[in-house]
Amino acid sequence: MSSGLLFALGGLGIVVIGGWALVLRAHLIRKVLAINIMGSGAFLILVGAGSMGGGDVDPVPQAMVITGIVVAISATALALALVLRIANATGKPALPEDRERDLMDEEGM
Amino acid sequence: MKMAGRPAPGEPGLLLRTGLALLLAAVAAGVGLALFAEPVAPGLAGAVEAELARSGADNPVTAVLLNFRGYDTLLEIAVLTAALVGVWALGPAPRSKETTPSPVLLGMNSVLIPLGALICAYLLWAGTARPGGAFQAGAVLAAVSVLHILAGRRPRMHLPEAPMRWGVVIGLAVFLAVGLGVKGAGRHFLEYPVDLAGGLILFVETAATLSIAVILAGLFIGGRPEDEP
Amino acid sequence: MSAGLVLDTLLVLILLWLAWAALASRDLFRGIVLFIAFGLVLAMAWARLGAPDVALAEAAIGAGLTGALLLATWGRLPGSDKKPAAGEESGDEDGG
Repeated sequence: MSSGLLFALGGLGIVVIGGWALVLRAHLIRKVLAINIMGSGAFLILVGAGSMGGGDVDPVPQAMVITGIVVAISATALALALVLRIANATGKPALPEDRERDLMDEEGM
Repeated sequence: MKMAGRPAPGEPGLLLRTGLALLLAAVAAGVGLALFAEPVAPGLAGAVEAELARSGADNPVTAVLLNFRGYDTLLEIAVLTAALVGVWALGPAPRSKETTPSPVLLGMNSVLIPLGALICAYLLWAGTARPGGAFQAGAVLAAVSVLHILAGRRPRMHLPEAPMRWGVVIGLAVFLAVGLGVKGAGRHFLEYPVDLAGGLILFVETAATLSIAVILAGLFIGGRPEDEP
Repeated sequence: MSAGLVLDTLLVLILLWLAWAALASRDLFRGIVLFIAFGLVLAMAWARLGAPDVALAEAAIGAGLTGALLLATWGRLPGSDKKPAAGEESGDEDGG
């Protein structure tokens, strides 16, 4: 198993973990964390798969991932500003359907 | 502690969890199959290597980012700018509580801020031939700006509004101007002339570094700067 | 199994554990700090994959600035559900 394939499979696992938490956890900041982690997993899949062909290091997936990292922080910043607005407007950083849930509950995972 | 029997109101039920598990399993299976498939495509390393001498940069990643896929980078800077505009549209900057900053922070700032500025300049300059580049340099500058903001004594951050707006816009503006400016002798948008490519890349990267630093610091501030006397 | 592959396996396992721990943690502050750690270990993974530019970007932007953003937002949330025992700057310190 080449190291590229290993990292790509690891990235796949990270995406699955992030997706699991994104849906099942209620606190909005945790959802933002989950999206970021899913993004990092996807980047690992990209560059890991790019490394699988042996030979020289492929710069194109690396450039795409750098772009992806910058776009991820832009989206995260906007999302966090929205979370703050929601929390200030409704008292709880949670979506309307999640307002009844215990936001810190670990059982929800 | 969850009680046995029906879950609390709003808690995700068994149906949602099963559906989610199936979806994630399908995604994992699909991507896994693709990863294990043979044969493996050769990738673009050879194509980039072939044109690297004419691209104006020696670092292949910089060449891809600023020349071969320059359009993507232009749009990426536009995304950064749009995100800041979105955050600004949501309201004025949140006030921080009135606390005196820790003397450790102030002491470290006197070392870290000049060092950070130096590292930013190095990363920007070295990005054409060695690992580095505009995004990394801009991020380091933004990080020391955040440290400076955290050490600010007044709860109301005194942000000079007009220079900050210019800083936000200049990266996108310079990149667009260069892209349109090279259209002169029958070239396409963003098609740099080969002998000027190195200089143009550095010019665009410098403006981009400044913008990226201002935008990222602005995103940390989290709202419209108030121009207080 | 070469030493490089052992290191890579270790990195992947640490990344998987950090991702799960950051999202399953009961304390949100701890989750954010684990996310920053995840970003830094990921920077090591980028270095192993021969991507130094990505490693620099990940450490500075992905771990550093995103972590600062998350902590700042966490500190600005209204309400008393934050535990001040974590010892960061958002509490009312009288210099004690």
